Amino acid sequence: MAQAPASTTSSSGDFPPFSQRHLLSIADLKQHEIIDLLDRAERMVPVSRQERKSHPTLSGKTQINLFFEPSTRTQGSFEIAGKRLGALVMNMSVKTSSVTKGETLVDTATTLNAMRPDVIVVRHSAAGAVELLSQKVGCAVVNAGDGAHEHPTQALLDALTIRNHKGRISGLTVAICGDIANSRVVRSNLLLLGALNVRTRVIAPRNLLPAGIEHLATEVFTDMREGLKDADVVMMLRLQHERANGRMIPSIREYYRFYGLDAEKLSHARPDAIVMHPGPMNRGVEIDPAIADGPASVITDQVEMGVAVRMAVLDALLPARTAP
Amino acid sequence: MTRPLLIENARILDPASGTDARGAVLVANGKIEDIALSGPVGVPEDAEVIDAQGLVLAPGLVDMRVFTGEPGKEYRETLQSAGEAAAAGGVTSFVMMPDTTPVVDDGALVDFLIRRAGATSKVNILPAGAITKGLEGREITEFGLLREAGAVCLTDGRRSIQSSALLRTAMSYAANFGLPFVHHLSDTGLTGDGVMNEGLFATILGLKGIPREAETVPLARDLQLAALTGVDYHAAQISCAAAVDILAAAKKRNRKVTAGVSINNLALNENDIGRYRTFFKLATPLRSEDDRQAVIEGLRSGVIDTIHSDHDPQDTEVKRQPFAEASDGAIGLETLLAATLRLHHSGDVDLMTLLRALTQRPAEILGLPSGRIARGAPADLILVDLDYPWQVSERDLRSRSRNTSFENARLAGKVMRTIVGGETVHLHTD
Repeated sequence: MAQAPASTTSSSGDFPPFSQRHLLSIADLKQHEIIDLLDRAERMVPVSRQERKSHPTLSGKTQINLFFEPSTRTQGSFEIAGKRLGALVMNMSVKTSSVTKGETLVDTATTLNAMRPDVIVVRHSAAGAVELLSQKVGCAVVNAGDGAHEHPTQALLDALTIRNHKGRISGLTVAICGDIANSRVVRSNLLLLGALNVRTRVIAPRNLLPAGIEHLATEVFTDMREGLKDADVVMMLRLQHERANGRMIPSIREYYRFYGLDAEKLSHARPDAIVMHPGPMNRGVEIDPAIADGPASVITDQVEMGVAVRMAVLDALLPARTAP
Repeated sequence: MTRPLLIENARILDPASGTDARGAVLVANGKIEDIALSGPVGVPEDAEVIDAQGLVLAPGLVDMRVFTGEPGKEYRETLQSAGEAAAAGGVTSFVMMPDTTPVVDDGALVDFLIRRAGATSKVNILPAGAITKGLEGREITEFGLLREAGAVCLTDGRRSIQSSALLRTAMSYAANFGLPFVHHLSDTGLTGDGVMNEGLFATILGLKGIPREAETVPLARDLQLAALTGVDYHAAQISCAAAVDILAAAKKRNRKVTAGVSINNLALNENDIGRYRTFFKLATPLRSEDDRQAVIEGLRSGVIDTIHSDHDPQDTEVKRQPFAEASDGAIGLETLLAATLRLHHSGDVDLMTLLRALTQRPAEILGLPSGRIARGAPADLILVDLDYPWQVSERDLRSRSRNTSFENARLAGKVMRTIVGGETVHLHTD
């Protein structure tokens, strides 16, 4: 791709104004909006590959990253995205729990709103918390993960990674494996991939499959080899260590034996299958280090696409704020 | 002494006697003096006469499950404000749950509450005594002393006793004193961190589900222990189809078993939660539409005996939270009758059955003389315009808290006058 002089043209110039005020969930997006965001993100990829990684369409804007749950990579990705777009970025990490809460979420929202930010990026441990906050502020809100509900930029970056490697998304078979019940990544991915006519599969032991999942995924498997058969894309999920304590899963070694991705299990997928992981990875728990670092792995590409997607989302949402 | 009261030209609906006829009722000295379905009634000269043309005269409602803020959380609800809400909703008596600060687990508190309610409330407030001290599910309270002080039943309110052994002891001891034993059904292990009905909708919202088995497993256990101990057992509120089936089978064998349902589970379902609306977050969760239909059928067939409001005032601070972190509960005293009448207007359940579940049956279970229109019964009466259209607005509600699950709902049916012990305690004005 030719390098355009990034600082002179707005990447959003060729795109019609984005129609949403916030990015709270994939469920809110229509198919054309998803494709629009992926196309915008595609346009942002070169910015980060330039010598001068600057594309200051958000110069003069203020972005607050409000993280109620610790996150290194997502917060860092949003911070870099905002800074490359020229926004003033402030990071706020709030340690909170429902037991020891002082200020309520709504109070926090009201306080931050008075500082007149243009966008707030929020992660919270409770499903629906980001939407609640969005109702109390006058600026755009981006959901960076709310409980087990949604993580829309993760699904967008996954889709962009798939499109770059496979040349298309529609018609592929994507298998998602791991802690389906507690994953916001799964919900956003199933919605996004479903909207783009992907054959979606979920693979997990029965007690990590949530009720009604058969209505959200095309196919449901409890056997990993069956589930991986002829898959174009294998998405592994992080298993929280605290679930492998005998209350949900007896042990890590048993989990790895039946649901960890190793070369033998991967051999059931298509020979050109790619392997993805939203990170952070537990090597030796859900994935063999040799696979994570092997030729099929596109995990570092996901991280790179993450920055592009977040730049595209911020760029798409902010001009919409000045529209009537 | 107040003047005698004659209510004439009313459509008298009394489930206890099966009456549905035009007539007049004479009230004197706080009691129902005379009922005339045809022909004249002897009217004292000084009687106040009410022409109830176009209105239904029914017994005042008896609500078996109301949470108050007082004592301890008066900012949520006082006995006075709960009484005003009740009067406006046609509830002439309600059972006050023991989940207060302090917990009502001592006869002295029951005695205090009865005197306090008498001084401040327009309607009859009937304290329930806690089954276990501090509602902690460990040690039983003094059932005999609670009864002597005036507790109408035993319950641990929104808590559910987990130990089967303790439950057996408590039921056995309650049977000894003849106190109704009202039990909330929740297996805390199965409920876990669940916050709404388990199913596709919870999965989509990313919320942890509460399986129906969290209700049916303790229900099945309770029913076996009730049969073993001979207690007068009342399943506080059921919400799902499987519970109706289990109850139906048990009631064929054990006549001392009864069950209640919250108006919320009759009128609403899990889809009303929409996008994390916390006023629909309830300890007995809203279930699927199939469950709601099954519960309605349970009411029609008599498997479910009573309907209550599950009135549970919560302030904005604890409700305006992410769904999983918000408190459970919704207020309901003022909307109980009109929301119940939805089932009459929709043709789902006949009017007499609905009224029976709101008046006669709860009064019978609690051993009260009210809940009926009979000579000598307390003059706890309501005049209702069955078709009066209105829209619920939190601003108009008398409760100190605003957490109604019927905000903006269009309802038909309004209480025009509420009479408690012969005194008019609420008069509707447009």
